[in-house]
This record gives sequence, C-alpha cells and structure tokens, in this order.
Amino acid sequence: MPRLLLSPAVITLLIWMVVPLALTIYFSSIFYNLMQPDVTGFAGWMNYEFMITNPAFTDAIWNTLVLLASTVAITVIGGLAIALLINEAFPGRGIVRLLLISPFFVMPTVNALLWKHMMMNPIYGVLAQIWTFFGLTPINWLQDLPLFSVILMISWQWLPFACLILMTSLQSMDREQLEAADMDGANYWQKFRYMYLPHLARPISVVIMIEVIFLLSVFAEIFTTTNGGPGTQSTNLAYLIFNEALQSFDIGVASAGAVFAIILANIVAIFLVRIIGKNLEK
Amino acid sequence: MSTKKSKLTTSLIVRTIAAWGIALMLFFPLIFMGITAFKTELQAIAVPSLWAFEPTLENFHVVNERSDYMQFAWNSVVTSVVSTVLGLLIAAPAAYSMAFSPTKGTNGLLLWMLSTKFMPAVGALLPIYIIFQQFGLLDTKTALVIIFTMMNLPIMVWMLYTYFKDIPHEILEAARMDGASVWQEFRHVLLPLGIGGLASTGLLCLVLAWNEAFWALNLGAAEAGTLATMMVSYSSPEGLFWAKLSAASLMAIAPIVVIGWFSQKQLVQGLTFGAVK
Repeated sequence: MPRLLLSPAVITLLIWMVVPLALTIYFSSIFYNLMQPDVTGFAGWMNYEFMITNPAFTDAIWNTLVLLASTVAITVIGGLAIALLINEAFPGRGIVRLLLISPFFVMPTVNALLWKHMMMNPIYGVLAQIWTFFGLTPINWLQDLPLFSVILMISWQWLPFACLILMTSLQSMDREQLEAADMDGANYWQKFRYMYLPHLARPISVVIMIEVIFLLSVFAEIFTTTNGGPGTQSTNLAYLIFNEALQSFDIGVASAGAVFAIILANIVAIFLVRIIGKNLEK
Repeated sequence: MSTKKSKLTTSLIVRTIAAWGIALMLFFPLIFMGITAFKTELQAIAVPSLWAFEPTLENFHVVNERSDYMQFAWNSVVTSVVSTVLGLLIAAPAAYSMAFSPTKGTNGLLLWMLSTKFMPAVGALLPIYIIFQQFGLLDTKTALVIIFTMMNLPIMVWMLYTYFKDIPHEILEAARMDGASVWQEFRHVLLPLGIGGLASTGLLCLVLAWNEAFWALNLGAAEAGTLATMMVSYSSPEGLFWAKLSAASLMAIAPIVVIGWFSQKQLVQGLTFGAVK
C-alpha cells in the first residue's frame, strides 16, 4: 500500500529529473544546429570546447558569480539587520512586517519593469529625481551600470526573503537565556556575538543556499531590462544559454552550457542536502 | 530606575522610526506604482513627481482592451490553480505514506525529492522545449500546468510531510482498529486534521506558479501566456506608457501579494524544506 501511494510522486519526479538531464547530456555531445540540419553525428567535446572558448562564456560565468555573491551579501546582511531591528515589539510591527515582505511576492517581470522605467529612468525616474535633489548628475543605470542595476532589482526581491526567514528563526530563541544575559550585564554586541549569531548560523546558511539555487537561473529580470547588454556586461549563464539556443539555434552548444549550469547548481546542492538531512534525523 | 526607563523609551522611539523608515523605503516602489496607475500619462512622467492629482480609471480600461488582460489573467488563474490541485493530488498520498508508514528509505527518498529542485530551469529548457514541440504542446496551458506541477511537487511533498508528521499516530491507529479502510481513514481522519496543511501548501504553490516567469516566457507566448508574459509587452513601449504599465502591473500582482501576506508562515517552512520553523 505505501508503495502504491508513493509511486505517482516518485515516478513523476523521476521522469522530471532523468529525461531532461539525459537529453541535455546527449544533445551536448552531438552536432545539433537548427540552421545547419545536414551537419549531424557525434561531436565529442566539440560543443564544450566551443562554449568554453567563446569569450562570452567567461563573461557569463563571471557575471553569474558576481550577481550571486553580491545579491547574497546584500540580502543576508541587510536581512539580518532588519530582522534584529524588528525582533522586539514596537508600534505597528505587524504592518511593518507586511510592507517588508511584499516585494518578494512581486513577479519578476513586473519587478524588472518597475525598476527599469519608474525607478531607473535617467530623466523622469525616481532615482534621477533624488540625484538631482542632491545636486548630482543622474545615472543612466541600465546603460552605465547594467549588472549592478540587475543586482539591485534582485536584491529588492530577495531581501524580504532573507529577512522573513531570519525573523521567524529569531522568534524561536530562548527568551530566558537572553534575559539571563541581560541580568549579567551583557551588552548588545556580546549578545549578538554569542547568542544571536550562533542561533542564526543555520538559518543563514539555509538562506544562502536557497538563494544560490534560485539566483543561478536569474533570467526574467535580464530578459526584460538589459537583454544581457550592453555587450555581455549583464549576460549570465542562464541568459547565454537562452541566447545560444534561441538566437543562434545551436542546441548542441547551448546544451553544453546547460551542463555547466547543472554542475554549478549541484556543487551548492550537496551542502544544502547535508544540512537538511541532519535536521531530518533529529 | 527612572533613567533606565527613559533610556528604554528613547530606544523604542529610535527603533520604531528606523523600522518604519526602512519598511516604507523598501515598499516605496510599489506605492509609486500604485499611485501612477491612477494618473494620466502626462501626470505620470511629471518631474518632480505629482502626489496630488485627480485620480482616473482610464488606464485600467485601456490595459484591459489593448493587451487583452482578461485572457492573460485567465491563463494565470487556470495554470496556477490546476497545477496546484494536480500537485496536491499527487503529493498528498506520498506525504501520507511517508509520514505514517516510514521505512528505512524514507529520509533518503525525501532528500532525493529535494535534490530534484536543483536541476536549474535553464538546464532542462532545451529538452523540454523539444519534447513539447514534438507533442504539439508549445504555447498551451497544458504545457505550463505540467511544468508548474513538477516544479512545485518536491515542495508540496515536503510541506505536507511536515504537517502530517505532527498528527498523532494514535488517532489513525484507533481508526484502523475500528476497521476503517485506507480511503475512510484518509477521508474522515486525515483530511479534517490535515486540511490546514493542505490549504497552506496550496496557497504557497499558487503564489510560486503565478509568479513563475522563466517557463512562462519560454513556453507560452500568445495563446497560453500568463500575466508574467503579458508584462513583457510593456518592456519596449511606444510613447508615454508609465500609467498604463503601472495599471497593468497592479492588476498582475495585487491578488497574489495579498495571498502572499496570508501565506508568509508557510513560505518559510515550504521554501526552507522545514529547516527553519
């Protein structure tokens, strides 16, 4: 009976995992260009070679990592600060919570357009108005700082996530221990260093890993704002693969890129599975 | 004593102002969008921005007619609701079985399910695209339903598993002693007790499917496009369009942001696979 109940979920997920993975690996080893249908057959490592020697590939890997590291740093540090700030009661805490987490529920395409046009427009945008107010020359965000602009949009979306997780975790802290520390005259820094931080170590690592998984395939924000440009300045791995497949029609090379993306994601995944697995055994 | 008290109130005031300040700053883009939706196009791009004006509903009418809002909204509703219901139907029995008849392999199975989430969407795009093309499924709601169901299935199994595990085994055993069949047990004992878990799991997956953009952009275009796809037609606009963009955005996100507010607790559990409670 248990097997019967389990099988639909297991079979579905097995297909979902094995079929795309096997096909991607297969495509990456053959000549498969929709523009050259007569060139077929086994390609060996040719697609991989072509992908790696493409200067855009190095840029894309670099951009992917920069985007990942900056967004994770901004959201975790910012989220931690905000979570600690609103951990104690104050008037309107419930509303502040709702306001803070809202950006996480905004769909990526709306997020991207909202920032591209209304915030970052160099003439009419809100940021331009603030810059002018302080007597500075407004920045042409998407043109001059494309990758940073994308990082800003994504951080706006994911800061609430980090904040929400850390906030929830803080609620489960031992009140009595904190009070005891107060009695012993511990200052805020000491409490932060020896009580909050150890308690938050695991939630922080979970936040980092989940963000890494989602942020490795950031696509809609780039697709709707910069189109990876100017040049390759804001092209990440996901966008490069999309570009290779749907603009150059080279499925083989694009698949080789996809294999890199899968490897990159799984390096992170191993650590996450370990942490969650430990939790499961308790 | 009195100095300590006054110090406490000062810190409370500072914290309150800081917290409200940060929250309003982060929420500001959405406020700005919400207000712009009710301006005329000329008012929308006024510098400095207008804060007092006569609100108009004109933009909502225009968006509705020009970009066929209802069709995109309908696609969003159908794909997210159907994929959520379908996902629950597949996930609930599995979670039930793992929570109440665990075997040695249960933990391993749960972790394996989690690991299927690590296939980056872009890694699966080409095979899925080609397979769906073969079956004539490109740009159909069916395609998006299949993808959204698969995408959320591991999260659903995990969330339901955590909820079901908290139901005391004795209740089910008592039902079994009374000779209840598996279906009766499920229908009369588990469902009433687990309905909260099912609802919150469904809510979270609804949000995730509604906001999904990668697959919606790549697999759905004209016929099956969701609201996430509709928004893209506003990325390279002609003429003045901020007010219309805002109205369209507001209509695309408002329902789900409200649902999101109600599902924040489930979000924490679901997205961290129970690692943070």
